[in-house]
Amino acid sequence: MTKVVKNIKKRLSVNSTTENLARIRAFIKTHSKSVGFDDETASKIVLASDEACTNIIKHAYKYSAKGKININLSFSANKLRISITDEGTHFNSNSIKEPDLKKYYQEKRVGGLGMFLMKKLMDEVVYSQKSAKKNKVTLIKYLR
Amino acid sequence: MAEFDVGRHGVGSVSVLNVKGFLDAHTAPELENAFNGLVDDKQYKVVVNFGNLKYISSAGLGVFMAYVETMRENGGDIKFCGLKEDVYNIFDLLGFPLLYEFYKDEKTAIDKYTQG
Repeated sequence: MTKVVKNIKKRLSVNSTTENLARIRAFIKTHSKSVGFDDETASKIVLASDEACTNIIKHAYKYSAKGKININLSFSANKLRISITDEGTHFNSNSIKEPDLKKYYQEKRVGGLGMFLMKKLMDEVVYSQKSAKKNKVTLIKYLR
Repeated sequence: MAEFDVGRHGVGSVSVLNVKGFLDAHTAPELENAFNGLVDDKQYKVVVNFGNLKYISSAGLGVFMAYVETMRENGGDIKFCGLKEDVYNIFDLLGFPLLYEFYKDEKTAIDKYTQG
């Protein structure tokens, strides 16, 4: 029996506080599973989304709770697309290299791991600057 | 809402941290507090039991990276035990097994310290 998956479009807008990460994870989990991802893959999508939003809270808004995080999730043609936008400080993703854990450990550096995880967990991660004050990161996962 | 909790108990010269629930950027400061407490008390031989941990993000992983050097410089370590497969997979993706010791159960991890 072939399962027919509906195309969906969902949106969540929250303030930039770490307290909202649990709500973001619940939103991503519910909709990833509803379009047919298994538990294991849904968990990867949830973690990647958490990392993207954590980076926004820490780097774009520098822990100010006044910022907005807008999440647009859509699914069509077996492709899940999660676009996350903020209006904080532009974040140059090209400056982040794959972390050398041993070096990190020696230098006590703990940042940069989130972006590395996002790239490992998703099929595609695309950064774009929509305007001078609008940054966007898009996470893509294909339902196979 | 008890989303994260960290308990501490001693077994001989070893301190065990039991982490429970969801460890993310919101709850990582609680784990940092627990590690600060260990450093204040000069307890450097640490075992972290993940048996009740449901979720970890890089913010949680970063706490272990921030404290392991202090523990090792003082004759101790941070050893991990009881990880569920999905939690272990995140550590594995980041190459932690090259730099940290992982054990199946708490007793084995504790014994590694007492065996010298």
